[in-house]
Amino acid sequence: MVELRFHGRGGQGAVTSAELLALAAIEEGKYAQAFPSFGAERRGAPVQAFTRISDTPIKTRTGVYHPDMVVVLDPTLLGSVPVTEGMKEGGILAINTKHDPAEVKEKLNVKGSVVAVDATNIAMEELGVPITNVVMLATLLKADKLVELEVLEKFIAERFARIAEKEIKAFRRAYDEARVAQ
Amino acid sequence: MAKRVGMEVSIAIAEAARQANVDVVSAYPITPQTHIVEHLASLVADGELDAEYITVESEHTAMSACVGAAAAGARVFTSTSSQGLALMHEILYLAPSLRTPVVMALANRALSGPISIWNDHSDVMGQRDTGWISIFANNGQEAYDLTLMAFKIGEHPDVLLPVMVNFDGFILTHVIEPLYMFEDEELEGYLPPFEYKYKLDTDNPMTLGPVGLPDVYTEAKKQQDVAIRNSRKVIDEVLKEFGENFGRKYNPIEHYKSDDADIILLTQGSVTEAAEVAVDALREQGKKVGIVELRLWRPFPFQDLIDALVNAKCVVVLDRCISFGGQAGPVLSEVRSALYHEPKRPMVVGCVAGLGGRDISLENYIEMFEIGENFLKTGKEPEIVKIVGLRE
Repeated sequence: MVELRFHGRGGQGAVTSAELLALAAIEEGKYAQAFPSFGAERRGAPVQAFTRISDTPIKTRTGVYHPDMVVVLDPTLLGSVPVTEGMKEGGILAINTKHDPAEVKEKLNVKGSVVAVDATNIAMEELGVPITNVVMLATLLKADKLVELEVLEKFIAERFARIAEKEIKAFRRAYDEARVAQ
Repeated sequence: MAKRVGMEVSIAIAEAARQANVDVVSAYPITPQTHIVEHLASLVADGELDAEYITVESEHTAMSACVGAAAAGARVFTSTSSQGLALMHEILYLAPSLRTPVVMALANRALSGPISIWNDHSDVMGQRDTGWISIFANNGQEAYDLTLMAFKIGEHPDVLLPVMVNFDGFILTHVIEPLYMFEDEELEGYLPPFEYKYKLDTDNPMTLGPVGLPDVYTEAKKQQDVAIRNSRKVIDEVLKEFGENFGRKYNPIEHYKSDDADIILLTQGSVTEAAEVAVDALREQGKKVGIVELRLWRPFPFQDLIDALVNAKCVVVLDRCISFGGQAGPVLSEVRSALYHEPKRPMVVGCVAGLGGRDISLENYIEMFEIGENFLKTGKEPEIVKIVGLRE
């Protein structure tokens, strides 16, 4: 089983990220759960969302405390939220940053790989809004092909029907531009 | 063929109500149930469900509208949680005593105070004696299936009682997971239109719900108790038929590796599957442990429960609710007393966990089995209300 934690700010689409990934995994015949942190979410405030993916039925229903992968949608969270907390050794941190992944890896003392992209820039250029969920999913998949890109693209196109083309373009661009530091 | 889809459990439950082709929905939004009635309101507004959606100013009125609509012969659905259910309390008694088969999806949530929007079973336990048939779902699939079956059970001419389907708030309601959803055609004929023999009818006027003077009240209550006990036959039939037709088998009491178990954990709701992981881990260490789930809460499945438990040495009952000043929780006191007359009976000990959204970890479940082990060794209860996962 793979457990993921998404960090974002309310309105950036952390919950949508967790959901789209689970939907793609389920479509591929896997078992998956996606859920928000069960609290009183507010626009702009730090939020979390979670995904579990497994080849066998998932029985656990607790929060995710030791994620295999962490996705950070907003670079400004780093100062206030301990995003790598509980992360497993050998895990993956996917992060929205202008910095080099090796630099992030050293600074945050990540005992695993870091995959980085300037997601805010891509989102602004391709979508015109700093909503980085789709961009960060592509970044994550660059480091680990949890689901097939085409399957995830299908759900992205469904969810963002009115701007599907733009979202898919942003998704593919992020996949190309993401850099991994092992 | 049923489709395997990823779906939020709340939406699946609302879809079950749509596929049951309900005539009337009346509800008041409350977390964590809100997505269910939101979705139904959209379906009605979009013309995808030909039903009356009665908006109300409170849950008390929602339940009043439901009982009234059911008395007029409508197929009725509502959903609530926590304080909403508590506010319905007065009217909850009316639905079974008037023999109106309302179906309620209850997203289980803690009660105030302190205010908590998160999951436990305090809400359903507080309404234990209102006379509703009450059944627990452990995951999204079960919540969807049991909502469909609830109409079939409640509307059966030999039952005519309201049914509440319990499922854990947030832990299930807000989760997207894989489910097999029926195509509408697959359910054709499963729920024929509700033909209510005793419906309010202006052409054939009758009185419903008059005062029960002391010369009839006792008999009315006796009849109501007979009715819910007799509903068990129909419940068994509906569960069996669903299993035969659709391949998913449900039982009033569910088992997991309990046949040869010395220590059994007794559960309700989504903790059942989560605790199975602990059973597997302990079995690997050679410990004879298992789980029995009390899926059907009312009518209480006495004999099935006794059969499931009598061969164990110790039963640890997990309550998701405290009975303040009494035995640890309502499930413990019911299970213990159900076994009292058995010549051979296991020791029974209780624990409380998962109040107000507190996660129950794998280690917590293992601790529950250890409580049973220690109780067997020492014969002493740890304390009257043993809370697992309490910060001290």
